[in-house]
Amino acid sequence: MSRSNHSTVERRTLFRWHSERLLPYWLLAPAVVVTLVIVFMPMVQAVFTSFYDLILFRPNASKFVGFGNYVKLFNDPVFWTALWNTVIWIGLTVPLQMGLGLVAALLLNREFPWRGLARALIIIPWALPSVVIALMWRWIYDPNTGVLNDILIYLSIVQSAVPWLADPNVAIYAIIATLTWQGFPFFAVMILAGLQGIPRSQYEAASIDGASTWRQFVHITLPGIAPVLATAGLLRVIWVANSMDVIFVMTGGGPGYATHTLPLYAFIKARQNLDFGYGTAIAVTFTILLGAFVVLYLSRTMREVER
Amino acid sequence: MKQSALRRIITTDLPVLLIVLFAMAPFAWMILTSLTPTAVLNATGVSLSPLGWSLDNYVRLIEQTSFLKNMLDSLIIAAGTVVVGLIVSVTAAYAFSRFRFPGRKLLMLQFLLINMFPIVLLILPLFVLMRRFNILDTHFGLILANATVAIPFAVWMLTSYIGAIPKSLDEAAMTDGCSRLTALRRIVLPLTMPGIISTGIYIFITAWNEYLYALTLGGRNVRPVTVAIQTLIGEYQIEWGLLAAGAVVGAMPATILFLLVQRRLIGGLTQGAVKG
Repeated sequence: MSRSNHSTVERRTLFRWHSERLLPYWLLAPAVVVTLVIVFMPMVQAVFTSFYDLILFRPNASKFVGFGNYVKLFNDPVFWTALWNTVIWIGLTVPLQMGLGLVAALLLNREFPWRGLARALIIIPWALPSVVIALMWRWIYDPNTGVLNDILIYLSIVQSAVPWLADPNVAIYAIIATLTWQGFPFFAVMILAGLQGIPRSQYEAASIDGASTWRQFVHITLPGIAPVLATAGLLRVIWVANSMDVIFVMTGGGPGYATHTLPLYAFIKARQNLDFGYGTAIAVTFTILLGAFVVLYLSRTMREVER
Repeated sequence: MKQSALRRIITTDLPVLLIVLFAMAPFAWMILTSLTPTAVLNATGVSLSPLGWSLDNYVRLIEQTSFLKNMLDSLIIAAGTVVVGLIVSVTAAYAFSRFRFPGRKLLMLQFLLINMFPIVLLILPLFVLMRRFNILDTHFGLILANATVAIPFAVWMLTSYIGAIPKSLDEAAMTDGCSRLTALRRIVLPLTMPGIISTGIYIFITAWNEYLYALTLGGRNVRPVTVAIQTLIGEYQIEWGLLAAGAVVGAMPATILFLLVQRRLIGGLTQGAVKG
């Protein structure tokens, strides 16, 4: 009698010990299972699809082509145009956002009465849906009735209306300006938080030593916000590279291929031509190219987690 | 004293005012456009004086288009994403912040990685899969699609929020006889509520503003506002007035929510970056 009692107690502690060790996995299970089903399963499927010649709604004609789509890709001039556009797109947008964000953050870090209000208002572009942003700027850029041309002609900066989104040489820069406007508040907010983390005493010590404002900026402010700039910059590269909704609504990739970026090209191929095999091959290639930045960002963030 | 105030106005207030104007001008222009009746808009352009304003475009938006139904679609999808996202993420975040177990780092990395995946890589296979399971163009399908973004985000945000609550509190509850899960429900959840609410609001805003999934995986029966706004473009000529009214109404819920919680939200979002 007492023996069996003893063993139930033992079994119960054994069970408790087990469940305590397994508990985190049980707690994680829902999130992991859901993401496996809605993210990783499709992802694997995407890699498979990229090896097939798959035109949707003609599923019977689908056949395995191995690396055929990728070979086709490297011989596709539009791919190279889109790749180059992607480089310009990221290379200009992110530094512009960061520069403008830095200026805004430095200003917002000063003392003035309506600081809270200014900080709230400056974030508005960030909260707007990208469709609204894209349509809004299409209206501003409109060659006939857009307000931008009106203003520029009034100030005699240009002589005649500029077709901002219809000129293949100008269109991508016009969209970059839009995205700069959309994204600078993110940097401003991030950098502002970084600025507020720099101890005031450092500036006081520096001004006692007679350091100029510029030298204080270079030797105290910049090193102080360098980690924020790096993290926010990497995050933004990935985000800007992926964001194609604004381009899609503003120009649909045109005129011609002038505003095609890689993800947009993949999306358009799949959406308009229903060429899912080739579209996914472009998407996979783009993901691999972006991978370098992702790895950099992940290693930075995971270092944080370990601490 | 007076001179220094003047100096401040020139070096700080004026530049800040310029940046604030730059940030607000496009949307303000959109509002002005939406208040100008189409006939006036075509004849003389956007009306700057309140005398020329009317709610004509808004009345047409409500009466002649299905915009209210589209708002309802967006509401269902965004609210659904918040529920799904929060429910599965709260326990995961608790596990990450309270336990040290084999595979923890790998699993955390997994959730971070998902957030970096290009949406285009997901959208194409999701379309194929959802077509096979017949959930294209349903609220459920779009909630699932939005959850791909919401879950990893919520897991990370909530992990940092729960991590900020001292472990000693749930340990004390457990010595008093609570089980782990009771401690989570009675002690940790109430304390994390502000964090859970701001995470939920952020998910709501993101799902409300989402466009590409809505366009690809929905669009006919289920048409969220972001897709609906675009269809307001007239057949022969772009109806900027109507479009602007749709854009203003469609952007309102997310913008107001954002302004309400921006303080706390930004605190949470920037924490990670600042510590780095």
